[in-house]
Amino acid sequence: MNYRWDWGILLKDPYFSWIASGFGWTCAVAILAWIIALSLGSVIGVMRTLPHPVPRAIGTAYVELFRNIPLLVQLFLWYFVVPEVLPREAGMFLKRGLPMPEFWTAVVCLGFYTGARVAEQVRAGINAIRSGQRQAALAMGLTLTQVYRYVLVPVSYRIIIPPLTSDFLGVFKNSSLALTIGVAELTARSRQIEEYTFQGIEAFATATVLYSVVTFAVMALMHMTEKRTRIPGLISLEAK
Amino acid sequence: MFGGIDYGVVERALPLLWQGMLFTLQLTGLSICGGVFFGTILALMRLSSFRSVSFFAASYVNFFRSLPLILVIFWFYFLVPKLLGRPIGGFYSVLIAFVMFEAAYYCEIIRAGIQSVTRTQVHAGYALGLTYGQTMRLIILPQAFRNMLPVLLTQSIIMFQDTSLVYVVGLKDFLTTADLISNRDNRPVELFVFAAIVYFIICLIGSNSARRLQRKYTI
Repeated sequence: MNYRWDWGILLKDPYFSWIASGFGWTCAVAILAWIIALSLGSVIGVMRTLPHPVPRAIGTAYVELFRNIPLLVQLFLWYFVVPEVLPREAGMFLKRGLPMPEFWTAVVCLGFYTGARVAEQVRAGINAIRSGQRQAALAMGLTLTQVYRYVLVPVSYRIIIPPLTSDFLGVFKNSSLALTIGVAELTARSRQIEEYTFQGIEAFATATVLYSVVTFAVMALMHMTEKRTRIPGLISLEAK
Repeated sequence: MFGGIDYGVVERALPLLWQGMLFTLQLTGLSICGGVFFGTILALMRLSSFRSVSFFAASYVNFFRSLPLILVIFWFYFLVPKLLGRPIGGFYSVLIAFVMFEAAYYCEIIRAGIQSVTRTQVHAGYALGLTYGQTMRLIILPQAFRNMLPVLLTQSIIMFQDTSLVYVVGLKDFLTTADLISNRDNRPVELFVFAAIVYFIICLIGSNSARRLQRKYTI
């Protein structure tokens, strides 16, 4: 293999600032999408454990829909199809009025997609709590809302920290799909450097290192959080 | 709102879309075979009693699991022709990327499957005079695969969905074909909705059979 190595290129302008801004966009997409995913997923996940059949059915339909369509297809649906099928004004706003439409489309798409995964973890966490706790809480006269608020949700979130961590890392990695609709995130930038300079190994290696470092840092951080918040006597879902 | 829908567009595009689907299925099938094969080897390595072997396998798995698939596709698409010194076509580059990437995920599933078989069976195998290879091949792996069949199927559905990412290097799979036709005919709504429905039906059938397998086959 004859390859002209030039690691110095990474420190030159504009390549250094490309990588830096790409990393920033990756983090921005991932964090905003995670906020949507966590809130939406919690609601849907709780709905799937309620006694009433209607919210359960809605929750199941949501999860099945968003889990069984590839993320890239969903992204194209949000970006190309949704503005067309919405009423004219709303569609025009999405196409013309909204600043950075690619960015917000990617955030919403990833948020809804990951929401389905979070919902499954929340449901599994609530179902992992022995039914005696729910019954005991109800027998003490708590309303169903109070049972969830004070008993089921606080306990279940502690035991699903490991799977939720891997879902967050999923969002972080999946944010690279945003490059298909034109968000200049980390992977897109490293690809761009490869195209401009042919220094593909250096460019991709930088992205690789950044992704791995964030992954291992988040894993270490969440492992610590899990240890601190663990309730004695309960096992985490991962250990099961 | 739905006034301007032209179903004929999809109908006329069916032969091309079928070609794309064949490509997707071919890539999925080959990647599953390669991924399960190397995943099994990696899993056996991870469970090895040689420290360095299990450390290598664990690093491989953790490393690949920390990367986005698109980046891995770019790596191999760029690197494989350079390493070999000649272009081998996008399909093989992407296939290698998928096999290497998915092997890391299959490894974790297969490792869990092997660990679900009790240790005493390994001892019993050795006591009967079987070698390591025979114990694994004849006793442990058949039971392990039976236990992990549902999860393997679920991972294969994810893999089937992931093949749509070859879009980034322009290979003509099902989704890329739909995208090309939607650009040609300026009909994104019909084609992307059709693509979504097709993927949805296939994956729904797949995940329902995974659930049925789970009830029926798990030991």
